[in-house]
Amino acid sequence: MPGTVLLIEDEPNIIEAIRFLLSREGWQVATHADGADAVETVRSVRPDLLILDVMLPGRSGMDILRDLRGDAEWRGLPVLMLTARGQARDRDMAERAGASRFMTKPFSNQDVLSAVRDLLDAGRPG
Amino acid sequence: MARDTITGSRIRERRLAAGLRQADLARDLGISASYLNLIEHNRRRVGDDLLAQISARLGVDSTMLSDGAEAALIASLREAAAAAGRAAGAEIERADEFAGRFPGWAAVLAGAQRRIASLERTVQTLSDRLSHDPNLAASLHEVLSTVTAIRSTAAILAETGEIEAEWRDRFHRNLDADSRRLAESSKALVTYLGENDTSADRGATPQEEVEAFLAVHGHHFEPLEIGRATPQAIVDDPRAALSEAAQQIALRILTQYAADAALMPLDRMRAVIAQVGPDPARLQASLGLPWQAVFRRLAAMPPTDLTRSAGLVICDASGSIVFRKPVEGFTLPRFGESCPLWPLYSALSRPNVPIRRRVLQAGRRAAQFDCFAIAHPLDPAGLDQDPVYLSTMLILPVDRPADDARPVGSTCRLCVRGKCAARREPSVLSEEF
Repeated sequence: MPGTVLLIEDEPNIIEAIRFLLSREGWQVATHADGADAVETVRSVRPDLLILDVMLPGRSGMDILRDLRGDAEWRGLPVLMLTARGQARDRDMAERAGASRFMTKPFSNQDVLSAVRDLLDAGRPG
Repeated sequence: MARDTITGSRIRERRLAAGLRQADLARDLGISASYLNLIEHNRRRVGDDLLAQISARLGVDSTMLSDGAEAALIASLREAAAAAGRAAGAEIERADEFAGRFPGWAAVLAGAQRRIASLERTVQTLSDRLSHDPNLAASLHEVLSTVTAIRSTAAILAETGEIEAEWRDRFHRNLDADSRRLAESSKALVTYLGENDTSADRGATPQEEVEAFLAVHGHHFEPLEIGRATPQAIVDDPRAALSEAAQQIALRILTQYAADAALMPLDRMRAVIAQVGPDPARLQASLGLPWQAVFRRLAAMPPTDLTRSAGLVICDASGSIVFRKPVEGFTLPRFGESCPLWPLYSALSRPNVPIRRRVLQAGRRAAQFDCFAIAHPLDPAGLDQDPVYLSTMLILPVDRPADDARPVGSTCRLCVRGKCAARREPSVLSEEF
């Protein structure tokens, strides 16, 4: 059963495209574009999955993720990280910060949909 | 006479070049052909007298046969072998023999190794630039984000069968806006890369650019000595051809130079040197100025004013070299870390205490130097602020070696000293080299 996806991304047209794609698949999509109060937004929206851009105004996606992983309530939240940098060290950094999946821009719509399905399926009790 | 291990190979090479048979040369020298064969294969050392005979018979200067002219070549070969790793199976211990028997091929291989090292540095520089240049990172992020938006939007329009008119129109507008934005951001990125003709494009770091610039001037700037030019005017001079980053470094160095020259004008320096000699301790006592200023000034004196040129190295508290003026015989590594045994680093543990050390730099041409060093705060620290320290070391060649000189290296990779507590990594040079 589709759930709620929170997309934290500052690029409006990426937000629009992803929101369209996920909505058509039946997910509720909440969006947010600022890093500074992103953690509060997660706590308020209480998503089933978070799509988080690394480079955000106000605060880095890595820092946001570290904060969330430091909170027992959000330690298990599936997080798909989006970044323009795909070097191995960026991937390592994302993994260390607690990312469930790491995706490099530019990605395909199918990649996003597959990642969201996989992460939500993996998080559901079998 | 000290003799390296490939003298025999050089004799063989010269003999063959002269079209002489081994037996004929041996007969001329009054030795057996088998003995000459052993010499030519570096299995017997050749004495001074015999070497003089051989060089006379071959019509070459004996130093051509005995001197270590190939030292750098052999070091490069060993570096190439070390870089390839043990698995490559290079006979690293036979590098000198290879260089002796196949000097042309050895030069090709060494040249390739140098080029690889240069390219690796360029890649590292570009990688660092991508990582640390916030403007470039922001520009690339902008381009990639726009491309992502275009790709997603275009795929939705192309792959989604039924799409509401309102969404379709919105995506068309988004595509139009994003394509314009991509055109602008791409143009801006290309302009940025073009305008920032940094050292990365030249295969050198900004510091290396500045070093080359200072070396061209012999580390002495007459216009600054007589107040005929400002540091800014010198770095802005198109003939300097410095990148933006290098200009900033050069400006800082020349500003310090001008301040030192104002404190210690050339005429005064010459008068004091004539009075007390070029000894840094006496000069400092006579001038009553900070040690580091005296060190810098001595290193900036024209070579004609000193019996021997002086070298200078300055590092920050992390140990990173921020300035270097080479002096003959004292190896200053261009890349990588220097020897932690240098007084430059010892001084950092005792700020404001000048130290003097006689050092022997190990290596093929081991030589002694008097090193004077002091760690000093860059600026007066404010209340509860940690001062930022620099350490400055003056390097003076010496005439008479001392028995108690402290052995130091250049950098671990090129240092042959064994059992060194300060060693960070193995040397690419063998002990006997």
